[in-house]
Formats: sequence, structure tokens, C-alpha cells
Amino acid sequence: MSNETMTIFSPKLAARFDALVQKYPARRSALVPMLLYAQDEIGYLSDAVIAEVAARIGITELDVRNVATYYSMLRFKPAGKFNVQVCTNISCMLRGAYDLFERFQDELGIGHKGVTTDGLFSLEEVECIGACCWAPAIQVNYDFHDELNPDSVPGILAEYRGKAKAEGTVSHA
Amino acid sequence: MADVTFTVDGKKLTAPAGTLLIDACRKAGIEIPAFCYYPGLSLQAACRMCVVRQEKVPKLQTACTTTVAEGQVFITDSPEITQARKATIELLLGNHPLDCPVCDAGGECELQDMTFKYGAGESLYAEAKQHREEQQWSPAVFYDRPRCILCYRCIRMCGEGMDVWALGVQNRGARAVIAPNGGDTLDCEQCGMCIDVCPVGALTSGSYRYKTRPWEMNHISTVCTHCADGCKVTLGVRQSNIGSEIIRADNRDKSGINGDFLCAKGRFGFDFVENPERLNKPLVRNANGQLEPASWEHALRFAAGKLKEIRDARGGSAIGVIGSNLTTNEENYLLQKFARTVLQTNNIDHERTADYAGFARALAGSQGRTASMRDTATAPAILLIGGNPTEEHPLLAWNLRTNVRLNRARLYVANAKQIKLERQAKAVLRLPADGYPALAAHLDGSDKVIAGSAFRETLLAEESLLVILGQEYRGAELEELVKWGLKRDNVRFAFLGDHANSRGAADMGLLPDLLPGYVPVTAPGQFSAEYPGMPAAPGKALPDIFASAAKGELAALLVVGANPIAKPGMDAAALKNTFVIVHDIFLTETAAHADVVFPAASLYEKSGTVTNTYGDVQLARKAADRSGVKPDFEILVRLAGAMGVDVKTLVPFGTTGITADLGQSRGAQAGEADRHAVWLAANGLEPKLSPFDPLAVLDEIERLVPGYKMDRLNLFGGNDVPSEPGFVPLSALTANAAITPAHDGLFTSGTLGRYSPGLKDLNRHQAAPALAKTAAD
Amino acid sequence: MPRLVSHPDEVKIVTRRFGQGAANIDRYVELGGYEAAKKCLAQGPEWIINEMKASNLRGRGGAGFATGLKWSFVPKQSAKPKYVLVNGDESEPGTCKDHLIFLHDPHSIIEGTIIAGLAIGAKLGFIYLRGEYRYLLEIMEKAVADAYAKGFLGKNIFGSDTEFQVITQTGAGAYEVGEESALMESLEGKRGVPRIKPPFPAVVGLYGGPTVINNAETIATVPHVISMGAAAYAAVGSERNGGTRLFGVSGHVERPGVYELPMGYNLKKIIYDVAGGVRGGRKLKAVVPGGSSTPVLLPEEIENLGMDFDQVGKAGSMLGSGGVVVIDDQTCIVEFALRTISFYQHESCGWCIPCREGTDWLKKSLTRFHAGFGTAKDIDNIQYLAENMLGRTFCPLGDAAAMPTLGFVKKFRKEFEDHLNGKPCPFAKHVEVAVV
Repeated sequence: MSNETMTIFSPKLAARFDALVQKYPARRSALVPMLLYAQDEIGYLSDAVIAEVAARIGITELDVRNVATYYSMLRFKPAGKFNVQVCTNISCMLRGAYDLFERFQDELGIGHKGVTTDGLFSLEEVECIGACCWAPAIQVNYDFHDELNPDSVPGILAEYRGKAKAEGTVSHA
Repeated sequence: MADVTFTVDGKKLTAPAGTLLIDACRKAGIEIPAFCYYPGLSLQAACRMCVVRQEKVPKLQTACTTTVAEGQVFITDSPEITQARKATIELLLGNHPLDCPVCDAGGECELQDMTFKYGAGESLYAEAKQHREEQQWSPAVFYDRPRCILCYRCIRMCGEGMDVWALGVQNRGARAVIAPNGGDTLDCEQCGMCIDVCPVGALTSGSYRYKTRPWEMNHISTVCTHCADGCKVTLGVRQSNIGSEIIRADNRDKSGINGDFLCAKGRFGFDFVENPERLNKPLVRNANGQLEPASWEHALRFAAGKLKEIRDARGGSAIGVIGSNLTTNEENYLLQKFARTVLQTNNIDHERTADYAGFARALAGSQGRTASMRDTATAPAILLIGGNPTEEHPLLAWNLRTNVRLNRARLYVANAKQIKLERQAKAVLRLPADGYPALAAHLDGSDKVIAGSAFRETLLAEESLLVILGQEYRGAELEELVKWGLKRDNVRFAFLGDHANSRGAADMGLLPDLLPGYVPVTAPGQFSAEYPGMPAAPGKALPDIFASAAKGELAALLVVGANPIAKPGMDAAALKNTFVIVHDIFLTETAAHADVVFPAASLYEKSGTVTNTYGDVQLARKAADRSGVKPDFEILVRLAGAMGVDVKTLVPFGTTGITADLGQSRGAQAGEADRHAVWLAANGLEPKLSPFDPLAVLDEIERLVPGYKMDRLNLFGGNDVPSEPGFVPLSALTANAAITPAHDGLFTSGTLGRYSPGLKDLNRHQAAPALAKTAAD
Repeated sequence: MPRLVSHPDEVKIVTRRFGQGAANIDRYVELGGYEAAKKCLAQGPEWIINEMKASNLRGRGGAGFATGLKWSFVPKQSAKPKYVLVNGDESEPGTCKDHLIFLHDPHSIIEGTIIAGLAIGAKLGFIYLRGEYRYLLEIMEKAVADAYAKGFLGKNIFGSDTEFQVITQTGAGAYEVGEESALMESLEGKRGVPRIKPPFPAVVGLYGGPTVINNAETIATVPHVISMGAAAYAAVGSERNGGTRLFGVSGHVERPGVYELPMGYNLKKIIYDVAGGVRGGRKLKAVVPGGSSTPVLLPEEIENLGMDFDQVGKAGSMLGSGGVVVIDDQTCIVEFALRTISFYQHESCGWCIPCREGTDWLKKSLTRFHAGFGTAKDIDNIQYLAENMLGRTFCPLGDAAAMPTLGFVKKFRKEFEDHLNGKPCPFAKHVEVAVV
């Protein structure tokens, strides 16, 4: 993108994107990473994100949406600051993932794809996250927590509440 | 590629190596079902319906992706294959809503047909169906996701076929949907091709949906009345209380020059026919100066009386005639014959949109140098100079894109403006705004106005060239460019104009100085004997007709299907002392100034031939009917009759007596009778028994008009046959040739388009602010 | 942090440097790293491919295609650039072996990629990790940067005039992208829908150029094959199944974990010996031998079953990704089948009818069935649907959904029947209410 002042991303991310589109044999190869990194910063793929990514790559917004809606990690509505993803696939299920998921629901007062009212947490039941031998496992954003049981839940939530407090943010815009 | 022999179901077949098995089978009459496969579009292998068994291959193979090679053995029909296809249909019918009784596609649905064929009649599905609300994407296109079987034909047609890329697929798995580019709206050319290729009722047409059942319509193929490309259009008509109404338009049989294609105007612009503003009674201006309904007898008698009186008192030079770009060749021919022999005037013209006379003159003496529309789909190299086919000649644009995509044709574009077809071009030459006149010299090596370019080198290396000229060319520049091409071997030309029969209007001599076939009035040849009473000198062109009216020299003006007053610079006040007769479908600006208005039939309500801008002549067939209106042909004959003319001198009917099959020729305007006429004529019987039979005039056109010797069997069979303007030597043009390109776009069609609610809706939709930012791509 | 496990029967080849700080490039070099690449640079493409062929190394992604043979399909001359593509989209439920490789030995991936590049004459390699593996991607990115800094990657690798570059790439959540052509689509910034084959990637792959695509474990094994010699590597495994395999044992065992065992190692021993037996002293009900897409095996079917591609195939299942999921006798097979098909329904790309509609239908039917609203006809219907998906879909995902489903219905029909007549699930606490 020629006009940097037009970007909705932080200068750091914008610079990263400038480099990313140049990195591959074809500009479009930057699309999937760009969407994920944009989501990491903005929280979700807003219309503005889609528009800017389309412009940066040089494809239509329709094209971006076709691709973005394919990948299950990409979302179009804000999630919580900490997105709790509980794997309930077979290996985790066999080792109590449903109980774990239920405990998260109880503790957070939200269900699948729900967001707490303070915007701090969201909860998702997800497919296999590649931690089968350390089941049941979850990811909070990109952090893995493995070999859990329902009683691990309060501790994990407290850890992230503490993080939020330390950063001085409560809700995620 | 070399031919290979392979076996399908025990039959030896031969096809070029690399042919898709599905194509080879279908050509040999072996049916291979498919939802996703669509000839000419990219392969998907998604629907799995075309599975066949190939010898020595463990899994069933898709015939749409298997290319044939020597010695292969296939089985396309066996219990295993039938079961596979049946199961695929059963799987589809799981989530598919079985709302066939109310679905537009019911009765012409590929999924229904396959279900019927493979007998997936017992529903195994006991779950809740995945429901989604129907979406309206534009005035033209609705999407019903539950019915969608995700064959991706629409996406490919829109992208690959139309180069619009307005449709995509979003989400994945069972949640996948077809999605439009505007989020929930469709920002595109609104061509409706997506609806056309949809094998089920997922994409439905705003103008047709829930109107009728397919089997309640008659389907009549005729020629579109909008642009000058001349697409075949199939009209679905149904009885109504005022005749028969047109319910939909498509290209159902795909047999015409347009093949798969039809644009928004052809598909949605038929609805002017049903516009409540249509005239259905003659109007005569009363003593209070107001137009009021009158009987046909009265109106004809009044108009004929005035015309006769003026002719006899002031001579033909006090009468002007303005013809139409939309009427048939027979009507145009009859109009100029009427003007020249009955009204005794050469003051005849039409609203010219392209210099066809200049084109004919430039080609004079050179036979075989014009290109038909079909050639644009097959020529290996094409030079497009000026014009903007994407907007103004949608079929031409389709042909050029398809030719480039499927045949690797080389397209060269020379244009002062950027046009969308440059996306398909091998090379582009951007001309200076006033650079068109200099192009011929540039191609001959001059770099004075246009700088030297690789464009010229590549272009001149082509062994053959189809040159398509836009309306930017006329007169001397046109001649210069055509002459440049004539110097080279294997160069052919097409010349672009507007409106369904502009070319026919010029070819049929709606010109003050030229007779049919561009025969000069001053050197009329055999016309002098045929047209007794024709003035020897050329008449006035349209602007001069109006000028003479302003000077009080024009006593009468007959306007047939034209609306000159709506043109900028035309002063209605000029006509205040002129007796004006207008034939039209609507009370246009011009009709509103008339003393007598005759309600005319549209092209969809009559038969005759029309000539597209490439010179392809096609038969328009009467599809709909409307009480109260008459074809211009009949109005003219009746007007002449009311003037006391022996109409047999105008229309050569009944020339060999009345030994005909009366039953068959009674419906002389219906397609069946047209074909029957060929047989009758061949057997020495007289098929033309009515003065209102346009085919009687077609006989005369063929006899007298150079370039209009046609293959009738082909023409009456619904095909396009070429005409050629190019072999009469022409003297210089004498009249003031006022040429104003109409530049009708995708949703406009001259005066006619203003009366189409469908086109107006599309125009409004595409101009909406939400779409405006992305509309121009 | 994923726990590392160990067992005396393990033959540590690929896992040799696990837990030794080998993510640090200096440490990796200290442990003999990048020597194989240097050796390959000296020996040339033909030698490398011959070594790979001789090693009997077969693709670790699941299909078990011979690696050397795959590499040999790449045309020597190509107008378009050639590429190496490392498939780290590890997403098959029950599989977490690549996770550990990226974590503990990222340079082995880079080194393997270099060697593959040298073998086929590619100048560029891509290492694609699933989006969820962000922390592993960061480890890989650091490793790649370090390799560039050392001159192991770049215009002149190891000081030679040979160029090799590596680009890391993240996915964003899609199992289907693990299919090789879908992975290439994803890397080209498109929806992860597989391509029509032929042409195969070795001829027309990434950006239209000839491409070798290998599973991350396969690529990580390559330097070891070179270092220890093809013959020595082949000798570790069983017939036509060279070397070792990272078996991820999960589910109801006492000591779940990723164990590196010789190809052909007995499955029963893996469960009872290596992984410490069924958890809590319960009885073994069934085992999924190679990730969720492989048909389930009964205890009696694993008595003498050696874990290699051929033997497991002969037993009616597949070695797959080596993810051994152990199921005890307190588990509801209907629920297990439902969870399995739910995954494939979620991950089906939707391109072709049998997979898109079949997985959706099966999920709905099994949900209803498990909730106690099943009919006897449903059991036949589930089997009918799965049979009619099998072999008919555009890519193997349809088979991956159909095969285990067929296995469950055929081998545990009685348990399905026990769910009939409004009886509650004999096991489950978690019954999702069917949407009726």
C-alpha cells in the first residue's frame, strides 16, 4: 500500500505486511498469514480489515472473503481478549474434555462462541489442536495448556485475569 | 491432435487424443450426467455424477476430467455406476428442499431429471434440513441457498465467461454458500447468465420468479430488439386477456449466433411490451388540439387523406419520412418504397448511429471482406478499433473473450479510452483523443501522430485479421482504414452500430440519397423501372427535413418508430405547421407532437427479418400478441390503400393466383407458416396471399437488393445468414449525414429502454451509492 | 509444555536431539546437525535420491508413499521454478508428533528441506505450519533466521554456489489443507480446496512449478537417513518399511506420549508395554491405529499386528499418521463415532457432493441416534451412506470420514442396537440434544 497513513494497522504490523507481500513468488501467498495477523491485532476481520488486505494484495474484497470464510480460526465478530479454545476431539474427549468444557462454561457463564460481558474471555469448542498425547488440552489464544482436568479451570482463568490486570486493560476494544 | 480409438460400453469411438471423455461420449450419443461440468468452463470434478468405470483403474473416474487415449476401455452404464449416481442424488436430496411444486425450476430442473432417471425416489433422510433465508441480490437475481447444489457453474460463468467475477463461494462444508461481491448485493453486469446456467432453482430471475410453470408457456425463438448484435432470444409466452404476454426471455435452445449468451437487455428488457403506457388505439388530434382515441378506419382515412392532399397540392418534396432502427427489413423496405413511389419523395432518413453507407462505399467492389458475428468467435486474430463492446455490444464482447480464452485468439485493442476488453488483449494501443483518423497511416508506418509501437509490429505479423471498427469511424477516415485493410490479404471487417436493425435501416435504403443496397438515387439502375414516380434527385437528410420544417417548407412528416424530437438539438417547435403522423409503441416526445398516432406492434409481436451490425440476417418470429396494435408493415399497407394505391404495386402478393394451402399460410406471420412457405414456393404454389405478408416483400428484397441473396432454408430454420453490402460501386455521398451514436449501455436501449421497468430497475440498482465505488472495474 | 516420554524399546533417530536444546542452532550443529546437508551438497541429486530410495523411507503423513520415488518423479529440467513444500499442517485427530519436532528439533526440518531441495534442484522451500501452532512457528522462524545468519540458507549455502531459501508459512485452521494440493492452494492464498489430479505436484505443483511435498516427520527423518546411511536406516524397520515411526499414543493409556519405535513394532506391546496399558486397569475395547481416519481395530485384531503400512493395511485398517488412540471398555462407540464424524463434517471443504452432504448427514443422524431417537433403519442407513461416500469423493477426506464410520457400524453393530428403543446411551454422560 503506497499511502501508509491510510492503514488501519499499527505501524509495526503495516511494515510487516509491506514486507510480507514481497516475500513470496506471488503476492497473494501473503493472504492467509495477513488475515491471521490482522485478526491478532484488530481482534477480528472487520470490513475495514478485509478492504485493506484486499488492497494490499491487489485482489477483490469478494476474493478475500471467499478465502477468509474458509479458515476456521478466522472470525468476523470480536472474540474476548482471551479466546479459550477447548479441544473435544477424540483423544481429548476420551480424557474428559467435555467435563473440562462444561467447567469453562460454568466458570465463565458463556457457551460455545460466547463472549463474557467484560470482553475478557470468549469460549470455543474446537477441533483437534495437535496435543493429543497431553490431553485434554486447550489453547488460550495461542498458548497451549495441557493435561488438564476441570479443577485446572479456575487457575487458568485467574492467570489470564492477572495478565489483563497487569496490562491495565479490562475490555478489549 | 491425432485421433485415438477407445471403447465405451463396447462401442468403438474415435476422438482427438486429449478430448474429455464426457465430450466424446456426448458427441457419440452416450449420455453422461453432470451438474458441475459445463462446456467451455473450467473443470471442477465436484458433483461426482459423471463417474465411469475405466478398465484397470481401481476407483470410478470422473468423465469430465478423464482425457481419452488410445486403447482405453470405459463402462458408463452398469449397476455399479447407476448406484453411484443414485447415491449422489440421494445425498443431494438430503438437504435439498423438496419444494419443487413452487420452485421456478420445476419442470426444467436438472436435479429433477436426474432423480427421475436414477430413481432416487425413496427419501432416506430423516434429519432437519439446513435452512437459510432466500436472498435478493439485485432486481434481477435471487439466491435460494437451500436449493443450491454447489456446482459452481454460476461462479465460473460470471468469472471466466463474463470476466465480471462477482460471485464467490464462502464458508466451507455443508455451510458453504455462493456469495455475491457486494456482501448481500450483486454488483455486476446483471446479465443473468448465472441464472441461466443454474441447473436447479437456486438462482432465480427477478422478472420471472413465481410467475408461471415452464410447461404453461410457449417458447418462441426470435431476435432481440435491443442492441445491434442480434442475439437469438427465446420468449416464453402465455395467453393473457389482451392477447398473449411475454413471461420471460432467455436463450433456452442455445442454437443462435449467441450460443450460451444473453445479456441483461435481452433477458430482462422485454417487459416494455407489457408496459401499461403502451398505445393500443390510434390517436387523432381533435379540434381542441388534443390527441384523442379514434378508430383505425378514421385515423387511417384522416392520415391518408391529408397525405394525399399535401402530395397532390405541394408535391412530394413537401413531405418527409423518418424510419426506424427497430423495424424489420421488410418494413423498412416498404417504407422507403412507399415514400419514393407513393409519397414521391426522397426526403427519407432514419436516426443514423453509424456510417453504414460509408462502410458500404469503402468496401465497394470487394466481396468476401465482411465478417459475421460468428467470425468474431473463431478468428485467430482480431483488431478492435474504438468502441466499447463490453457495454455496447455484449455478445461481441462475450465472443471475443471466449475466443481468447478457449481458442487463444490474439486480440489487439486500439482505443482512445481504456476499455475492459483490454484485459483479454494481447496488445493495446492507446490512441490520442483525436487519434482515430491517424491510425490507418500509423499502421502503414507513419509515426507522425501516433508514436511507433510494438503494437504495430505484432499486429502486422498476423497472417489474418478481423478488424472491428467502432462508431468513431465515419466518412473519409472509415474509408481510409478499410482501404488499408483491403490492401492486405485475409483482412475482414465488421462495423459497429447501435440498435437492433440500424444496419437493416441503412441496407434497406432509409436514406435520402441511397436506395436499398446503397444504390444511388442518382443512378437507380433497375429501381427506375420498379419505382415509378420516384424523384430523380436525392432528398433531404433528417436534420434538413427538420430545417425545412422550421422554414415552413415541410407540410407533412411520417415518422415510423423513431423519436427524433428526443434528440438534443431537435426543435419540436419546427413542426408546428407540419402534419405529423407517427407509428409508435408509446406516446414518445415525437408522438406527442403528432396529428395522428398509430399504435404499433413491437418486434416481438411481428415477423420479418432483421440485420445485425455484422450483416447477419435473421428471422424475427411473432411471439406475443396484443389487441389494438398492428405491425408497421400492415399500417403502411393500409395507409397506402386508404390513399387509393393498388397495394399490389407495393407488396407483390398473390402474383401466381390463389392455389395454396390456405390452412397453412393463414398464419403467415407464425414461424411454422414461414417454413411451410419455402415448401410451397418450391412446389410452384403461391404462399403469399395477404398484402400484410412481409415475406412477399422479402421476395422483392432478394430480387432487387444487392447483397441480400439469402439461403432461405437456413434463414427460416432460425439461423443467421450473411448479407454483404460491399459490391456496388457508390458515388460520393451527397446528403448531410448526421450520425449520432446512441452509445446505449448495458441497461439502456434508446427510447424503448425507457419503457422497460426491468432495465430501469437495473440501472437504478447499479447506480446506487453502495455499488458506485466498485462498479467500474 | 508437552511432556516427553521414554521407553527402552524406543530407537531414537528422529527424536535423538529432543530435550537437548537443539532448537539452538549452535547446539544443533554440536549434535552433528547440518553435516547431512553438507554431505548431500557434495554428493549431488542422483546420490541423494538413490539413498532415499534405498532407505525404504515412506511418507509419514499417512499415505506411506515411498519418499525417494516421489522425489524421482520431479523432472530434471523445468521451465518453471521447482519447490519443496513441508507439510506441517498436522491436524489428524490423534496426531501430535510434528508438534514435538518443531518444538525440539526445528533445524532437522530445515536441514531436511535443504536436502530435498538439493535432490530435485529447487531453490526455494516452504515450511507450512497449521495456524494453531503459532508458538512453534515462532520457533521455526527463529531457526530459519539463525540458519540464514550462519549461511546455511541463502544465495550460497555452506559457502557453495548453490542457492536455497526457506519461507515459513502459517495456516489458519483447516484440516483439509493437509491434503497436498489443498496445501498448495492455501499457500497460494486461496481456499484450501484440492486440485484435480493429474497433473500431480511433482509435475505441476506450487505456482505451477514441479513440487515435492512431504510431511514434516518425513523431512525431519531425511538428514538422519543421510547421516546413518540408507542401509542402516532401512535395517531398523520391517520389510519395505524403513526406519522408525513416531507413534503418538493417546486416549485411555497410563502413559500417553510420542514414542519412536521401529516400523513393524507390535501394536499390543505399544499399548500394554510402551504406554503402560489401559488406564485404571480397565479392559481394552478398541484401538484406532493411525489417526481418526483409520478404521478401528478390535483387541483380537491387534494380537500379532506389526505397525507398518503393509501389515496394518492387511488387517483392514491403515497406519496413517501413527496416532494410536486407545479406547477402553467404558467408552460409548456411538459417541466416539459421532465425535469422529463431527470432525469431518466440520472440516469437509464442501467442494464435492458426497463428502459435503455425506458428512453432514452422518453427523445429524449420529447425533439423533446417540440422543436416543434412533431407529433400526438408521444403522443400515449410516452404513449405506458411508459405503456410498467411499471412493466417490473428490479427495481422500470423504474416505477418511467414511472408513472409520463403516468400521464402527460393522464392528460394533450390537452397541448401536443397544441405543435403540428410547434406551439412553449405556455409557454417555454427554448427550447432545438432536435438532429435530
